[in-house]
Amino acid sequence: MPLNFTLALRNLFHDRLRFVATMVGIVFSVVLVLVQMGLYLGFGRVVSTMIDHASGDLWIVRQGTKCFEDPSLLDAHVRDDVLATPGVKSATPIVIGFSDWRLPSGEMTPVFVVGTDLASRGLRPWNLTEGSIDALKADKAVAIDRTYYKRLGVSGLGSTADLRGRPVRVAAVTDGIRSFTTTPYVFADLKHARNYTSMPVNKISYLLVTLKPGADVAQVQHALGAAIPKVEALTPAAFRDRSRSFWLFGTGAGAALFAGALLGLIVGTVIVAQTLYSSTKDHLDEFATLRALGSSNGYIYRVIIYQALLSAVIGFCFAAAIGFAVVEITTKGALPVVITPALIAAILAVTVAMCITSALAAILRVLRIDPIMVFTR
Amino acid sequence: MSRNRPAMNETVLEAKDITQILGTGATRVHALKEVDFALRGGELALLMGPSGSGKTTLLSVLGCMLTPTLGSVSVCGKSTAGADAEELARLRREHVGFIFQSYHLFSTLTAVENVQLALDVRGQRGNDAELRACNALVRVGLADKLAATPRELSGGEQQRVAIARAIVSEPSAILADEPTAALDGENGRSVMNILSSLASESTRGVLVVGHDPRLMPFADRIISIADGRIVDERAGGTGVPRLRAAAGS
Repeated sequence: MPLNFTLALRNLFHDRLRFVATMVGIVFSVVLVLVQMGLYLGFGRVVSTMIDHASGDLWIVRQGTKCFEDPSLLDAHVRDDVLATPGVKSATPIVIGFSDWRLPSGEMTPVFVVGTDLASRGLRPWNLTEGSIDALKADKAVAIDRTYYKRLGVSGLGSTADLRGRPVRVAAVTDGIRSFTTTPYVFADLKHARNYTSMPVNKISYLLVTLKPGADVAQVQHALGAAIPKVEALTPAAFRDRSRSFWLFGTGAGAALFAGALLGLIVGTVIVAQTLYSSTKDHLDEFATLRALGSSNGYIYRVIIYQALLSAVIGFCFAAAIGFAVVEITTKGALPVVITPALIAAILAVTVAMCITSALAAILRVLRIDPIMVFTR
Repeated sequence: MSRNRPAMNETVLEAKDITQILGTGATRVHALKEVDFALRGGELALLMGPSGSGKTTLLSVLGCMLTPTLGSVSVCGKSTAGADAEELARLRREHVGFIFQSYHLFSTLTAVENVQLALDVRGQRGNDAELRACNALVRVGLADKLAATPRELSGGEQQRVAIARAIVSEPSAILADEPTAALDGENGRSVMNILSSLASESTRGVLVVGHDPRLMPFADRIISIADGRIVDERAGGTGVPRLRAAAGS
């Protein structure tokens, strides 16, 4: 290990107050960036959770549909046109829409109804903890998530309520199907979902298409687009990207998250730059001595760079620990913070870049060192 | 790394017709005026003069820290003319060892690490470098202080660490700026004995800058400087301290 690394390490820990200030700056900055980016990833996942959990090869949507929650409707007869397209095996209609859930107190709370043909695998509730899909096929049966019990005024399986004036019974309970809009999802059979959302029988929200074995997705997609006017055939990935793009950038939510992350980076850079600069100023005698001993400028720069890197790595470790704690705390929330290995690697790289950038001012100061000062101090 | 070590009594540092102007405008000072000076291997030269006479400026010029306004400097036969800051640093690294009045040790490093630093800047690392650093400290009588930090050492011990740092890379010239100024008489004599032995046992030249008359007995040659000019040059003291040092006492 080169001694300039040892020197950097010792200098870093020598002034504990400054070290703590540096760590606070880095940890604050990195946690902010990590959480903002984690929210970005979490938000991206949450807004596409229905698409991610649907089983199908293509989504048939009204032309210009922006996201899964888009209220645009399709004519029901489109299904016949879809089924007539070569390569299509099945087309499962899906109905979505807002409705009103009456609480035992008589108050109303909005819910988001998702209705599908439960006999197909299209878009059925997942993570069932109580009840079953078969139970959901019964008259008046609905599925809700356990995290919304209090919100919906129910106690669990078998509880009853009113949905848009129609009696419903909780026949299945899920775990972790939460809406980022905070409006609870309610799953129901297609026929009943129409009633709960007042959807006309000649309308549907989406068709979830399954292709025949060996059918080419792109070819079928092209054929559907050409054969049926005013609809789009989207792969799940395309629909997911469109939904995420709308919610993250169309609404400004993503920009706000990025702005927060950028702010964190700026704050972190300034704090680290200040502490590194003051540390360098305090050790100017030592740097001048190194220069007098004949060290190259590069050797001295490396002392500062090592200090910056050590600060980055140590600060990042603290920040990552806090980040994972935040993940744990928010995992059951409506908007979980998601930290992936790629995000960790990216934030570490950003942290290192931030600290190296912060070292520039200190390096510029050292550049002006005159070794003669060793004779005058 | 190849190094040109001078043969005994060859010139290790030479300054010819050096004029040094420092500052500009109202602060402009003629620090050195047409100075000629040579340090030979195997000698301990003492540069004496009052404060502001130009001692430290000449030391800086000879040590390749300051580029003279006029005149030429050569280190072990290599001219410094046209050398940029990095090249001057390389010359210092390869040929010159420095000892400063205020030691300039690194407070967070141990004695042996402080000495090793002089090797580290030359890219010499590992066990061999550590062994050389330890040997240098043993040579200056600090075998039992290898792991001590400067804070745990007395002034005399700190200066001896600085001497070990200056000699560990076996430079051809050692330049010492008032090395005993911050020490009491006993420690001062101890430091001068070490410097004296360094000059007498090798092809190395030692230049000591100071104004303390007690340094004179240790010198082979005494150069007096005043108002930026060398005004006198004569043989050193009785020579007794040199002989005593050489005898290992």
